[in-house]
Amino acid sequence: MTRLVVPKTYKLYIGGKFPRSESGRTYEILSPEGAFLANAAKASRKDARDAVVAARAALAGWSSATGYNRGQVLYRIAELLEGRRGQFVDELTAIDGQSAAAASSQVDAAIDTWVWYAGWADKYAQVAGNANPVSGPYFNISVPEPTGVVAIVAPAGGAGTAGALLGLVSVLAPALVAGNTVVVIASESAPLSAISLAEVLATSDVPGGVVNILTGSAAEIAPWLASHADVNALDLAGAESLDWIDLQVSAADTLKRVLPPLSGIPSPSLDRIVGFTETKTVWHTKSLV
Amino acid sequence: MPEPRNSFLDYAPAPESTAILHLKKDYGLFIDGEFVDGRGKSFATISPATEKHIATIANASSDDVDTAVKAARRAYDHTWSRMSGSDRGKYLFRIARLVQERARELAVAESLDNGKPIKESRDVDIPLVAAWFFYYAGWADKLDYAGLGAAPRSLGVAAQVIPWNFPLLMLAWKIAPALAAGNTVVLKPAETTPLSALLFAEILQQAELPNGVVNIITGAGDTGQALVEHPDVNKVAFTGSTAVGRAIAKSVAGTGKKLTLELGGKAANIVFDDAPIDQAVEGIVNGIFFNQGHVCCAGSRLLVQENIHDEVVERLKQRLSTLRLGDPLDKNTDIGAINSREQLERIRELSDIGEAEGADRWTADCAIPENGFWFAPTIFDNVSTSSRIAREEIFGPVLSVLTFRTPAEAISKANNTPYGLSAGIWSDKGSKILAVADQLKAGVIWANTFNRFDPASPFGGYKESGYGREGGRHGLAAYLEGAAK
Repeated sequence: MTRLVVPKTYKLYIGGKFPRSESGRTYEILSPEGAFLANAAKASRKDARDAVVAARAALAGWSSATGYNRGQVLYRIAELLEGRRGQFVDELTAIDGQSAAAASSQVDAAIDTWVWYAGWADKYAQVAGNANPVSGPYFNISVPEPTGVVAIVAPAGGAGTAGALLGLVSVLAPALVAGNTVVVIASESAPLSAISLAEVLATSDVPGGVVNILTGSAAEIAPWLASHADVNALDLAGAESLDWIDLQVSAADTLKRVLPPLSGIPSPSLDRIVGFTETKTVWHTKSLV
Repeated sequence: MPEPRNSFLDYAPAPESTAILHLKKDYGLFIDGEFVDGRGKSFATISPATEKHIATIANASSDDVDTAVKAARRAYDHTWSRMSGSDRGKYLFRIARLVQERARELAVAESLDNGKPIKESRDVDIPLVAAWFFYYAGWADKLDYAGLGAAPRSLGVAAQVIPWNFPLLMLAWKIAPALAAGNTVVLKPAETTPLSALLFAEILQQAELPNGVVNIITGAGDTGQALVEHPDVNKVAFTGSTAVGRAIAKSVAGTGKKLTLELGGKAANIVFDDAPIDQAVEGIVNGIFFNQGHVCCAGSRLLVQENIHDEVVERLKQRLSTLRLGDPLDKNTDIGAINSREQLERIRELSDIGEAEGADRWTADCAIPENGFWFAPTIFDNVSTSSRIAREEIFGPVLSVLTFRTPAEAISKANNTPYGLSAGIWSDKGSKILAVADQLKAGVIWANTFNRFDPASPFGGYKESGYGREGGRHGLAAYLEGAAK
């Protein structure tokens, strides 16, 4: 007699909690063969706004944590993901229809991406900032600081190539390094590994609200984030198939920093960290001695 | 004639001579190395201090814009992008030297056309222009070290639109890094202050800069719009109002043009009770009355700790009473003319609103010349955070005074604005300054000083003050992209 399995309920991840969409809406996620897998939450405008509120509330703590501390928290995500390797490989095989080998290498890449970015948290400022030799008796230094709340449309990569988990991690990790907080819209067609990643985040040391994950229609949710006055930056990495120019136009109303769509999944790069920072230059007089 | 109030303040007029200027009656557009007629309706540039005509200026139509962009493209493809970095640098060094040689002439032209005091154009604007070209000249053959990876690439043709408050300095901020990085330029100066840019075009001829590398086209907003929307432009750099910056950000959406925006500000100048008061008062004056307050990073909101409020405001009034308002070309002048009638109207309107909203208005008692555009230094005390004069950029010699009790309140009030360009902190306690500086959402923070600029120092804002940085190593990044992967 075979054992009856216990399926998982997939919900949103907002403010460190797992609420259903306030709209009560869900949408069916099917396997590549067409079998029912889960009802994913279909986030609404209200959910997106709640997520922004949570991200804004978490910003002060996360951005003022030391780089060493943020680095350890990001590294801890890699540790927990490593511990749940099997779960993610199984999930990606069953849900995304990837071969075991492809799923396995995707999970490896996702773990290694967290490790790579974790190491930048206490270093990027040394590379992106500098002392400025001004003509006068002044101490003058430029340092990068987090931009604030970043909204992201996560990429999923090409079919069967890289995948939704790595796509999400590749845009999420760099935004967190400098101390930004994030509202991310997961791949619409393959959102389940994003919610499983949220379980990893919730049980690692990432403070609630630092990462907020929405599932559902990016075409429906993204415009609310692009126009939201309390969002500082917009990463359109996975928005190639959306009306992304409209999103960029809408973001211009509050002069958000915008990264354009790209095809595929971005490789690890310092540019993605620095892209969500602001350079602050501080002058201080030197006295005559 | 007003009665002299204080004998030691009486100075004999000491006007700088305009004999050093050899102005033409008419100025064309500077395209492909020569001055050509514009196809739009030409306009006059006047002295805001006297309203007298200075010269007739060509107006670039959209066809002229196209001609200029084509010239810049040709120069990029055939000359500038192929030239060695060291040769590009040598041209920039030449320009820096020519600016130094003709510094007095440029300063007189700037004060005549803009209305700013000659002591500012002579001692701040023009020396910084030369410094800017000298600084970026040295970068031209060292781009591999700019932190963008090996062999970063230029972008192509840069469209640059600049404001009227620091006409030649803003030109230098835009052109120097663009050329050092290997781009060519089409630049549009503001319609009320085209003169120094046109003299600069003559300097480019003396420097024998290859034709088309820099093109300067004059005109109003529609010319600027045609320039930034031109399809063959790769980079847009704009300094000006947040409203226009928004419109530009929308127009370049989806085009792939790289964009930097230097927009408005409403900077807090925070004075703690342990500040050196004498220096702080000078810094407050410099922060908001420098250049008639026509400064995007001006310290227009004074946040003063409650227990020293009365003393600071009293000393400020005394100090302002000694400022001399008048002829911009007079070497003793502290406060020059407002740049245009339109700007004067805006300053008057917002000041009247400040008064209507309940703030206490105080204006320095000084004689206002009969002709020209003038606004006496003005302080509003007891300003509430919701008042429009505490929220909107006035861009004039008007200071709003607010108070705070704790550092946390000062930080919260300072950050309570959609802008984030600059801020000032006055205290003798270094640890307090650094802690407060960490919390301020502003791109430039001056501690125990204000309104300092240097080509080595990045400048630019957070939030709705724009994005990108000008100056320093960071300023190069705005005109380069990483090598192809």
